[in-house]
Amino acid sequence: MPHDGPHHHGHDHAPDDPSFGSRAALGARALRELLEEAGVLAPGEVARQVERMDTITPALGAKVVARAWTDPDFKARLLADGSAAVREFGVEMGTTPLYVVENTESVHNMIVCTLCSCYPKPLLGIPPDWYKSFEYRSRAVREPRAVLAEFGVRLPDGVAVRVHDSTADLRYLVLPRRPEGTEGWDEARLAGLVTRDCMIGTAVPSA
Amino acid sequence: MSARYAPGATVRVARDRPAISLGRQHIRTPHYVRGLAGTVAEVMGPFRNPEGLAVGEDGLPEQVLYRVRFPLRSVWDQYDGDPSDTVDVELYEHWLEPAHAA
Repeated sequence: MPHDGPHHHGHDHAPDDPSFGSRAALGARALRELLEEAGVLAPGEVARQVERMDTITPALGAKVVARAWTDPDFKARLLADGSAAVREFGVEMGTTPLYVVENTESVHNMIVCTLCSCYPKPLLGIPPDWYKSFEYRSRAVREPRAVLAEFGVRLPDGVAVRVHDSTADLRYLVLPRRPEGTEGWDEARLAGLVTRDCMIGTAVPSA
Repeated sequence: MSARYAPGATVRVARDRPAISLGRQHIRTPHYVRGLAGTVAEVMGPFRNPEGLAVGEDGLPEQVLYRVRFPLRSVWDQYDGDPSDTVDVELYEHWLEPAHAA
């Protein structure tokens, strides 16, 4: 708790004292500076990567989904080799291939990384905080239907939940079902229906 | 590098839990499927082994990576969702052994 006067012991902190979070940030900075001194990183390289990552938003993934909804050949390419297909949008997945899972009338897919927080960042940007939370990571594989219900997703009878635990080298994108009543819509309008959560599988698009 | 298991094969995940005395291990096989039988959904091909990469080694020899499907009813004793609900987990070949369908 904040108080006046000097510290007399090690447990009372003003609000801006280094707590765990800021100590971790200091540690990261120290490591970055050491790597720059050693010539492993160029000065500013980390900042540029962070900036670049910040420019990627789920809107990019939404364009990919809308293309798949309107172009059957692209959809086939996307399901066969996700990394190659999104390269058509200028997205480079690097060493972690993109694996696309399609929702159907009988299967609903949902993505989690129980070990850490693996996420298709080159396509969707930075994951939401809840995706990285201990609660989501543990409950998504333990009680996915309860988690879906909390996100407002109620699946019709006969639809199986297929959870994908992103534990290793693949990065996942859910290809949601195109909503009814969108016949004749162009790609841009369709993309507007595709939210980030639709591509994680914790939401379904509606027109 | 040829894959030991084909899609549809029943495999069992090793129950291995490396000793703490070996130090902190970097293992991508979640505890909740260790010892369980599942079905190979897809063979993803060879990847460098993250258990080595994580400690500065080259991750060679590569390991074939599989997507293995487990019914959630077989993972959790009291799973109360639909019997057809499943979880697919990415697992490397050296964690798998042949098994017979339940």
